[in-house]
Amino acid sequence: MKVRAHMSMLFHLDKCIGCHTCSIACKNLWTDRKGAEYMWWNNVETRPGAGYPTGWEDQERFRGGWEYKDGHLDLRLHSRTQGLFRLFFNPALPSLDDYYEPFTFRYSDLFTAPEGEDQPTAIPVSMITGEPMTPEAGPNWDDDLSGSPLYAKNDPNLKALDPEVRAQLEEIEGVVFQYLPRICNHCLNPACVAACPSGAIYKRAEDGVVLVNENKCKAWRMCVAACPYKKVYYNWATGKSEKCILCFPRLETGQAPACAHSCVGRIRYMGVLLYDADRIPEAAMVPDEELVESQLSLILDPFDPEVIAAAKAEGIDEGWIQAAQKSPIYKFVKVWRLALPLHPEYRTLAMMFYVPPLSPVVSTVEKAFRASQGNGGLVRLDLPETDLDFEVYAALEKARMPVKYLANLFAAGNEAHIVPVLKKMLAVRILKRQESLEGRPTEKALKVLADAGLTLEEAEAIYRLTTLPTLEERFVLPPYHREMAAEVWKDPLAHKGEAGLGYIQPPLRGE
Amino acid sequence: MNWNALLFAVFPYIALTLAVAVTAYRMVYRPFSVSAQSSQLLEQKRLFFGSTAMHWGLVIVLLGHLLALLLPKGLLLWNAVPLRLYLLEITGLGLGLWALFGTYVLLARRISVARVRAASTPMDYLVLVVVFVSALTGVLTAVLYRYGSFWFPAVMTPYLWSVLTLNPRPELLQDLPFWTKLHVFNFWLFLALFPFSRLVHIVTVPLGYVVRPWQIVVWVRKLAR
Ligand code: HEM
Ligand code: SF4
Ligand code: SF4
Repeated sequence: MKVRAHMSMLFHLDKCIGCHTCSIACKNLWTDRKGAEYMWWNNVETRPGAGYPTGWEDQERFRGGWEYKDGHLDLRLHSRTQGLFRLFFNPALPSLDDYYEPFTFRYSDLFTAPEGEDQPTAIPVSMITGEPMTPEAGPNWDDDLSGSPLYAKNDPNLKALDPEVRAQLEEIEGVVFQYLPRICNHCLNPACVAACPSGAIYKRAEDGVVLVNENKCKAWRMCVAACPYKKVYYNWATGKSEKCILCFPRLETGQAPACAHSCVGRIRYMGVLLYDADRIPEAAMVPDEELVESQLSLILDPFDPEVIAAAKAEGIDEGWIQAAQKSPIYKFVKVWRLALPLHPEYRTLAMMFYVPPLSPVVSTVEKAFRASQGNGGLVRLDLPETDLDFEVYAALEKARMPVKYLANLFAAGNEAHIVPVLKKMLAVRILKRQESLEGRPTEKALKVLADAGLTLEEAEAIYRLTTLPTLEERFVLPPYHREMAAEVWKDPLAHKGEAGLGYIQPPLRGE
Repeated sequence: MNWNALLFAVFPYIALTLAVAVTAYRMVYRPFSVSAQSSQLLEQKRLFFGSTAMHWGLVIVLLGHLLALLLPKGLLLWNAVPLRLYLLEITGLGLGLWALFGTYVLLARRISVARVRAASTPMDYLVLVVVFVSALTGVLTAVLYRYGSFWFPAVMTPYLWSVLTLNPRPELLQDLPFWTKLHVFNFWLFLALFPFSRLVHIVTVPLGYVVRPWQIVVWVRKLAR
C-alpha cells in the first residue's frame, strides 16, 4: 500500500442551476488572455446535448482515453512510436471549429456611428483575426436546447437507449435536461500525461493536481487529443498547452478553487481523499462493468489505523489526514455511495465525482401518475401530492431522465450503479417531506429508507450536507504549508519579500 | 578578402556560433520560448499536406546530407553500381520535390488563411522562405548538375569538414555554379536564423518518449531536498 493524498471536487448535480457563474469566475481568473479566449477550463453543458467541444465524447473520432484489450492497457491515441511519427500532424486533434471561433463585439461602433435613422449596432468580430464574423458556435451554444434535433440528438450517451425512450426524450412537452459542469478530472491514470512526448505534464504527488510544465511543452499537442474529456487546450499564441490547474495557488492559500467558491447553486464540495497509488494500474484493467467498483476500491478509509500509519510513512502530515477524515467527498463517495466519476470507461480514473441529478425524475412520474388518475397532461411543477414520491420510488425505470442515460454518463452503462443512488436520494427526500407534512418520519417513509439501505442518522447527515452545509463544511481544505512549497525554489523569507513582483528571471546584477 | 571567403569562410562561423550559443542560452534560460508553434488548431487540411510533405522530405534529405558528411567513402562505394546511383538520385530528387511542394503549401497557407496569418510573426514567414529557397536550390542543383551523390563527397564533404575543423577552404566552392553556391549559403543563413526562430524545435525531438514510463508523478516538496 502506497498512500497518497488527493484534492477532489464533488458536483451535486441535483443542485446545479446552469448559471455558468463557475465558468465566468474561471475565465476571469485564468483564461482571459490572448490565445486562450476559446478555452473554458470550467464549462457547463446542457444534457442531453453535444457538449463543448462539440461531440467530445465521440472517442472514435477524438481518440481520447485508454483501451483495455487482451490484458493490455493502451492509449487509444497512439503507441509510443506512432506518437513520434505523428508529430508533424496530429490526426486526432480537434480544430478550432470543434470548439468555436472566439468573438467579441466592436463596441466602439456604438459611439462612432454617424447620426441616422437606425440605432447603431456593435458587430461581432473574431478575437483571432479581428475581422467581422458571424458567430456560429459557442461554449454553451445549445444551452437549455435539449430535445433539439441539432444538438441533443447527437449526444453519444443516447446511443444505447431504446428508440422508444429516445422518442420520449425528444417529445417537446416531455423535454427534460440536466446540467453537467466539467473541469479537468485530475485523473489517477491521466491519458494527457501518458501521451506527452516531451514528458511535460505531471501529477503532483502531494495533492494529485495535474499540471503542464510550460517550459517543457513544445507544442506537440498530443495531450489535447489524448484527454478523453478534452480538458487540455492548445494556446495558439504562446505555442503551449494549458489546462485547469485546480486553482492550486488558491488551494495553497486555503481557498477553494474559484469555480467552486463562486458556485451559485453551492453544488460543489472540495476535500481530501487518500488513495492507494500502488494499485492504480490494476484498477484500470478490469471489464467495463467493474470499473466503478475497482476505482472506488482505491480510495482508502482515513480512519483505518493501518492507512493512517502508511500515510504518515509516506510523509502525509497530520493536518491532511484530519482533513481526509472530515472530507465531504469521502462521505458522498465512499460512506454513502452517492457519487460516481464521469465516464469511468475512459479508464483515466477521474478524481472529480458527481452526484447524479434527481429532480427531473420526479416531474415525469408525476405526469404518468396523473395520467393514471385520468387527469394527465402537461407536467406540473408545483408539487407536492404526498404519494407522488412513493410512486417514483417504485417506478424508477419510468423516470423522465432515463436511468440508462445516467448510467452511460457515470457508470460505463451499468444501471446497477445508478439505481441505488437515485433510491437513496429519493428516500431522503421522501423522509424530509413526510417530516414536514406529518411532523414526524412516517412508517411509509421509514420503510422506503430501509429499502434504500439508509439509517435515519445517515439520511439526516445526507440531508444536512446536501441542503444546509456551511462554507467550511463544503470546502474542507488541508493546510498546504505554503512556506514549505516555496522552499523548493528559494529561501521562504526572501520569497515573502518578493511576493507579487512576478520576477521571471532572477533579478541578478547585470541581467 | 573576396566575396567567396566572406560568404563561405567567415559567415559560416558567425552562423555556427549563433546557432550553438543562442540555442543553448534559449534552451536553458528561456525555455518557455522554445516551441514548434503548431498552428494545427487554426487550420488543419492544408497543414496536413504541407507539414507532412515538408517534414518527411526535409528530414530524410537532411539525414542523407549528414550521411554523406560522415561516410563519404560508403556513399561512393554504394554508387559504384550505376543502378544504385540512379536509385539514390531519384529517391533524393523525389524527396526534395516533395519537400518543395510541402513548403510551398505551408507558405501559401500562412499568407492566405486569415487565422494563421493572425498568429504569424515576420520570422515565421522568413523561416519558410529560407526553407523554400533551400529546397528549391537543392532541387535545381540535383536537376542541373546531375549526380550530386557522386560529387558531394569530393567537394562538399571536404569543404564542410574544413569549416568544422576550423581550417576553412572556401576555394573549394569557388567554381561551383550559382544555384549550388546559393544552396550552401542559404544553409548557413538557415543556421543563423535557427536560434531566433521556431526552428529550435528541431533539436527538441522527443525521442526519450520511447523509453519513459507512461506516468510522471512529481513530489514538489522533495525537489527542495
Ligand atoms: C524531426 C524533427 C522535427 C519535428 C518533430 C518537427 C515538428 C514540427 C511541428 C510539430 C511543427 C508545427 C506544425 C504545426 O503547425 O502543427 C513544425 C513546424 C515547422 N517545422 Fe518542423 N519538425 C522537425 C524537423 C524540422 C526540420 C528538419 C525543419 C527544417 C529544416 C523543420 C521546419 C519547420 C518549419 C519551417 C515549420 C513551420 C511550418 C509552418 O510555417 O506552418 N522542422 N515542425
Ligand atoms: S481530465 Fe485532466 S488529468 Fe484527466 S486526462 Fe484530461 S487533462 Fe489529463
Ligand atoms: S456556478 Fe454552480 S450552479 Fe452555476 S452552473 Fe456552475 S456549477 Fe452549476
